[in-house]
Amino acid sequence: MFALDSGDTAWVLTSAALVLFMTPGLAFFYGGMVRSKNVLGMLMQNVFAMGLVSTIWAIVGFSLVFGDSGNGWIGNFDFLFLADVRDLDGDIPGMALVAFQMMFAVITPALITGATADRLKFGSYAVLIGFWSLLVYIPAAKWVFNGWLLDMGALDFAGGTAIHINAGVAALAVVIVIGNRRGHGTVAMPPHNLPLTMLGTGILWFGWIGFNAGSGLAADGVAAQALVNTHLAAATGMLGWLLVERLKSGHATTLGAASGAVAGLVAITPCAGFVGGPAPLVIGTAAGVLCFLALGIKEKMDWDDSLDVIAVHLIGGIVGTLLLGFFADTEINGEFDGLFYGGGLELLKDQFVAALVVGVFSFVVTFALAKIIDGAMGLRVDEDAELQGLDQSQHAESAYSS
Amino acid sequence: MKLITAVIKPFKLDDVKDALKAIDVTGITVSEVRGFGRQGGHTETYRGAEYKIDFVPKVSLATVVDESRVDDVVDAITKSAATGKIGDGKIWITDVDRVVRIRTGEEGTDAI
Repeated sequence: MFALDSGDTAWVLTSAALVLFMTPGLAFFYGGMVRSKNVLGMLMQNVFAMGLVSTIWAIVGFSLVFGDSGNGWIGNFDFLFLADVRDLDGDIPGMALVAFQMMFAVITPALITGATADRLKFGSYAVLIGFWSLLVYIPAAKWVFNGWLLDMGALDFAGGTAIHINAGVAALAVVIVIGNRRGHGTVAMPPHNLPLTMLGTGILWFGWIGFNAGSGLAADGVAAQALVNTHLAAATGMLGWLLVERLKSGHATTLGAASGAVAGLVAITPCAGFVGGPAPLVIGTAAGVLCFLALGIKEKMDWDDSLDVIAVHLIGGIVGTLLLGFFADTEINGEFDGLFYGGGLELLKDQFVAALVVGVFSFVVTFALAKIIDGAMGLRVDEDAELQGLDQSQHAESAYSS
Repeated sequence: MKLITAVIKPFKLDDVKDALKAIDVTGITVSEVRGFGRQGGHTETYRGAEYKIDFVPKVSLATVVDESRVDDVVDAITKSAATGKIGDGKIWITDVDRVVRIRTGEEGTDAI
C-alpha cells in the first residue's frame, strides 16, 4: 500500500462527481438551442455517452491511457477491466483517477453533438462515439496527459487540446461528412427553450470547477488558483461576448451570456493551474470576444455547425492553448514560464505544436471514421425522419405533450 | 344570435374580460393564437444571426350573444382593447344558426 492523502482523495472524488454533472448540463445547454421536435434526441445523445463511454473506459480506455507501456503513444492492457488499478502509485487511489478521468472521456464525444444537431441516426451515432473514443480520444488523452506531447513540454492543465480542440475539430469533420440540416439558411431554426440553455450553462459552470480545479489531482494551492481562474474566465468570457454582441447586433442576449461564459471556461481549461494574476481575466475576455467573432466562420464556409461547436470549443480551445504560451507563470505552477514571464518562445512553440498535432490527428481519423460508418450504415436520418424530428423518428417519444 | 370573434393583444385580455362582464356578457371562450396583419412581425437575434418572426402572438376570444346586444359588446371590446397603436386587432360578427346548452337541452337565446 502507498501513503494516501485523504484530502487529495476527497477532492478528486468530489471533482469526479462535479465533472459527471457537466454532461447532463451540456445536454440542457444544447437541448434548449434545438427545435422542440429534436430536444429529446439531443438530450439522449449526451446522456447516452454516460452509458457507452463509461463502459468502454472501464473495459479498456483507462488502461490504454494510463497503462505503463513505456512509450508515449499508447498505454497497454495492464488495467483491462480495471484490474490491478489499486497497484498504481500516488497519493490518491488509482480508482479515484479512473473515476475522474472517466468523466472527461464521457463529455468529450458529447461535445460533438452540438455541431451535428437534428440529423444523426441514433444507432450510427452510438457506433461513431464508441469508435471515436477508442481511436481518437484515447490516443489524444494519452499524448497530452501521459505521453509524448507532455514529455515534449506542451502544457494542458485540464484538456484544452485533448478535449476542446479535439472535439471541435471532430465536430467539423463529421459536419463535412453528413452535410447541412435540410432547410439550413432558408428555414428559421431558432432555439426552442433558452431557459433550458441557461440551466445547462449554470450546471456546466458549476461542474467546470471540478473539471479544472480537480485536474491537479490534489487539494492544494494550485487547485484553489485553478478554481478562481476558472470562475473569473467564465465571468469575463460572458462580459467580452456581451460587449461585442451588443456593439455588433444591438442587444445583449441571454444566449450570448451563456455562450460567452462557456467560451471563457473552454479557454481557461488548459491554463487553469498554470496562470495567475490578471491572466484569467485576459484569457476569459479574449475568448468571449474571439469566439463571438468566430461565429462568422461557419457562414463563410457554409458549414452547418448547428450550435457553434467550432466557434466555442475549437476556437476557445485554441485561444486558451496558445495564450498559455504567453501567460504561464512559474510562481503559480513551479515549472514553466510563458513569453510574458520571461520564458521566451519555447512554451508557445510547444503549445502550437500540441494544438496542431491534436487537431490534424482528430480531423483525419474522425473524417475517415465518419465516412466508413456513413458508407456502412448511414450516419444521417432520411428526409422524412429529419422533418418529423429526432424525438419521434429515433426514439418514438415527444418532449412536450399537447 | 350572433357570434362575435375578436383577435386582440394578449395583455389586453383582462381589460376586455372586465368590460364584457360589466355589461353582463355571460361567457367568453379564449384561445392563444398567432398570426400576422398590418403590424407585421419582428426580428430576434441568436448568436448574431437574425431571425424574422412573422407570426405575432395574439389572443382570440369568442362569444355568442343575442342580436340586440351586438353593438354594446362590440363597443365594449373596441374601447377596452384599444391602445391606439398598430396591432390592436379586429372584431368580426357572424350569424349563428342554432345554440344548444348541453346540460339542459335548452336552445336559442335561452341557451346563451
